[in-house]
Amino acid sequence: MKFGVLVFPGSNCDHDTYHVINELTKQPVTFLWHASEDLQGCDAILVPGGFAYGDYLRTGAIAKFAPVMQSVIKFANNGGLVFGICNGFQILCESGLLPGALMRNAGLHYICKQVHLRTETTDSPFTHGIERGRVLQMPIGHMEGNYFCDADTLAKLKAEDRIAFRYATPAGEITPGANPNGSLENIAGVLSEGRNVLGMMPHPDRSSESILGSADGLLLFRSLVESLALAR
Amino acid sequence: MKAHVYVTLKRTVLDAQGQTVADALRRMQYRGVSDVRQGKYFVLTLDDGLDRAEAEAEVARIVREVLTNPVIEEASFRIEE
Repeated sequence: MKFGVLVFPGSNCDHDTYHVINELTKQPVTFLWHASEDLQGCDAILVPGGFAYGDYLRTGAIAKFAPVMQSVIKFANNGGLVFGICNGFQILCESGLLPGALMRNAGLHYICKQVHLRTETTDSPFTHGIERGRVLQMPIGHMEGNYFCDADTLAKLKAEDRIAFRYATPAGEITPGANPNGSLENIAGVLSEGRNVLGMMPHPDRSSESILGSADGLLLFRSLVESLALAR
Repeated sequence: MKAHVYVTLKRTVLDAQGQTVADALRRMQYRGVSDVRQGKYFVLTLDDGLDRAEAEAEVARIVREVLTNPVIEEASFRIEE
């Protein structure tokens, strides 16, 4: 299984993500430069955190027009696995691969802290190795993480079990106090209609080794590797 | 010819920045301001080759496809000779 990590001008979690795949899941991984349309035969695409194109205009707004994204959109529409983290989530929403948008945090501040997430569905290639309801600890680091979608979209996400993670208390309760950024219904991550695209604001890439305070993020990457192995 | 484009969050979307400005104005006892919406303003300089109708159509397309995210934003524009 070969993983591709996209690199835009301004990406800054590309090496973290590469490290997790290369050193922890021990899978082949390559960087994919934004200016090339060539996905180099990768089996899964990771869209890392950072500030692609300086977040100019809107977060992810310029990145979605990059040559590499035209290939990623085709890849995803053909069922390819795409995982966007933080700025990657913003890019996938702008690209239309995921519903909704990430707005400025409700408190208007950049927030960098550890949060807890409740796993809302295990029916995805990214979460099938995690028990439903399990609370994971991961850091967030963002200014625009306030998830929004219209009422019809929200109803559809719920009906189709496409909310992957919600911000929760350490005990797994979904409360306003556990919501760091004003996200609609504490939503921290959502799946595409085909369940092959996941976007989330918290950083599993920065929480895959216990020395970083939590290794919970590795559960997602392990799920992804297993899913790809099963698909072969 | 120039196009002046104004982008704001939709009415149905909470504008935390606009609300913060409105709260500050109220606290400072400015009178007569009931609401503030914050947004973005773009000035596009257009080629002379475009006639008015073409310019309207092209700017509408740019606004829809690039300058706004239709999930959360709305826009208006005017073209100035």
